[in-house]
Amino acid sequence: MDAVSDREQRVLDIIETARSKRAKFRDERITMAHGAGGKATQALIEGLLVPAFASPALDGLADAGIVRVGELGLALTTDSFVVRPLRFPGGSIGDLAVNGTVNDLSVAGARPLVLSLSLILEEGLPAETLRAEVAAIAAAARAAGVEVITGDTKVVERGHADELYICTTGIGVLDERASLSPAAPRPGDRILLSGRVGDHGTAIMLARGEFELDAEVASDTRSLWPAVDALLDAAGPSLRCLRDATRGGVASVLNELARAADVAMLVREADVPVDPAVAGAAEILGIDPLHIANEGTLVAVVAPEAADAALAALRAAGGRGDFAQAAEIGTCHGAPGGMVLLETAFGGKRVMDMLVGDPLPRIC
Amino acid sequence: MKFVDEFRDAELGRAVAAEILAAVEPGRHYKLMEVCGGHTHSIYKYGIDDLLPANVELVHGPGCPVCVIPMGRVDDGIALAHEPGVIFTCFGDMLRVPGSAGTLLDAKAAGADVRMVYSPLDALRIAKANPGRQVVFFAIGFETTAPSTALTLKRAKAEGVTNFSCMCNHVTIVPPLRALLDSPDLRLDGFVGPGHVSTVVGARPFEFIPAEYGKPIVVAGFEPLDVLQAVHMLLRQLSEGRCEVENQYSRVVPYEGNLRALEVMAEVFALRPHFEWRGLGFISQSGLRLSDAYADFDAELRYGVPGVRVADPKACQCGEVLKGVIKPWECKVFGTACRPERPIGTCMVSSEGACAAYYNYGRFARERELV
Repeated sequence: MDAVSDREQRVLDIIETARSKRAKFRDERITMAHGAGGKATQALIEGLLVPAFASPALDGLADAGIVRVGELGLALTTDSFVVRPLRFPGGSIGDLAVNGTVNDLSVAGARPLVLSLSLILEEGLPAETLRAEVAAIAAAARAAGVEVITGDTKVVERGHADELYICTTGIGVLDERASLSPAAPRPGDRILLSGRVGDHGTAIMLARGEFELDAEVASDTRSLWPAVDALLDAAGPSLRCLRDATRGGVASVLNELARAADVAMLVREADVPVDPAVAGAAEILGIDPLHIANEGTLVAVVAPEAADAALAALRAAGGRGDFAQAAEIGTCHGAPGGMVLLETAFGGKRVMDMLVGDPLPRIC
Repeated sequence: MKFVDEFRDAELGRAVAAEILAAVEPGRHYKLMEVCGGHTHSIYKYGIDDLLPANVELVHGPGCPVCVIPMGRVDDGIALAHEPGVIFTCFGDMLRVPGSAGTLLDAKAAGADVRMVYSPLDALRIAKANPGRQVVFFAIGFETTAPSTALTLKRAKAEGVTNFSCMCNHVTIVPPLRALLDSPDLRLDGFVGPGHVSTVVGARPFEFIPAEYGKPIVVAGFEPLDVLQAVHMLLRQLSEGRCEVENQYSRVVPYEGNLRALEVMAEVFALRPHFEWRGLGFISQSGLRLSDAYADFDAELRYGVPGVRVADPKACQCGEVLKGVIKPWECKVFGTACRPERPIGTCMVSSEGACAAYYNYGRFARERELV
């Protein structure tokens, strides 16, 4: 490749500027891409929702909003669950409804305290299905150490919902050890991952049975609080920020952070833990595991001096081996700001962008 | 993964990269076209161009089946999707390809029953599961995917499935390559030949490239080592003054192709007199329609599609990008009016399209080292 010509550089700069601008929402209708967690979702949130409510708390686009009551810092978050099928290897919609909200609080540096539970039921839903999910919710709440203290139920006509939707809202207490901000990462910081990537999304895809692929992959749905607790203990103020790598996967989360902090991130593909079955399914479907959703995996950015201790603490967190596969997957650099680069296992470097639309398999 | 990891070995990659470096003449600039979008994808996915010397340039060719579908065909597809009672099925990449008034994804949001499938057999399965509905499969692709469409249609016919039809957009690889080579503004030193297509057609159909146009071609696989080795083989041919068809992908590609697949294709498809390619215009005998024996399954005959030819957007230079005349960033609308979230040309739609690939991955030029 020749040195970048002036004109090419200008085009590159235009792309950079476009990337750093707040996305605009200009679509005429909602398409499935708006729900996929990638660029269309970002446009919906940053282009329509955030400007409409103009709250400074929303500007950080964090997983939870922070409200201060006197001396006390509280984190508030809400989430809706519409997964299909309702049950899948490793969990069910009930587990997700608890863990998803618990995790949004946890990565905000807040100890999860209480949840509300709202159920939208489709006429004709077997009571047995509902009972099983209520039991799953209760068990997941116990495991995560949160209480369900209020709730609501609605029933809609057959065909107006798909079996069961769940909304949960959670409140957590900001932990004193935490001083987290997506803008905090600095050059030299290390990037940690709490476990394998791609398990949840792959488990759901396989459970839908659309691919005639057989593989034993279980969702990673779990509470992340033990991991956050351990990280805060080990790194304290050296822990810069945390993100729950849900829709859009680790790649999308890292792009959000790189943009917020104006740092470059270099991820070493060979160091990213991936279950061989997930890697195989992703290979066949033409999807990058780093773009697949997780439901119990976080990304942490830690100052270099605390990184080793943080990783050791993370691996031991919870005491049940849930985070034993945690790994350091990359580092932060000063430039090019806002960009995430992947050093491929094959040795080349390339840009790793956010997910655009749904992860569509290649066709040739 | 066995039989995959062997072809992604970083150490071997470095060794081949070193041999490539030794094979290039300093001061000479090499322009090699990878014909197939699958190669483009591998090149970016593994950062292969990052491993090549600065004077070896890879140009992305016209072999991405999504990228070459003209707007008019998308509009026809959308018209079919809006037919009452129709379930419209297609591959996922096709959903985001812009027609003159929106994409299939927009049509879905507006109420059309558009479903993504992973194989034509899935579409047939949907037809059998919905006997009261008509299922249309929007077939795209080169000789790689055409046999699976053909087999699906054979099965539909054998099973007497009457609510299934196919809008055929299959194309063949040789005519566009010839059109490219005939193009006076083309400057290429050689071709990385399309491995998947060649599993069906073999390597023989490419003999005209060295014979008539004096350019070497190496049919290659899709793993990073395959691509690097193919580049090395091309450079070797150039430095040794040879010019021939070589088969790097011999573990999969028989020189004569897959005769059984070619037979099935000959039964189910017939050549169209001409077919429109995005950016390249009409190319003679480059597209397939359903043969007369399968006319009952031809969605274009069953419904009568508008068939209006829609000119490519004026500002869009997909054609020149496909021909390798300009780089994606040299297009007037690249990165401004045309972006992956809001594509104008098809090269920006598919992740294998040259423009989308450059937009997503190419911004990190190696001169901009990490600081």
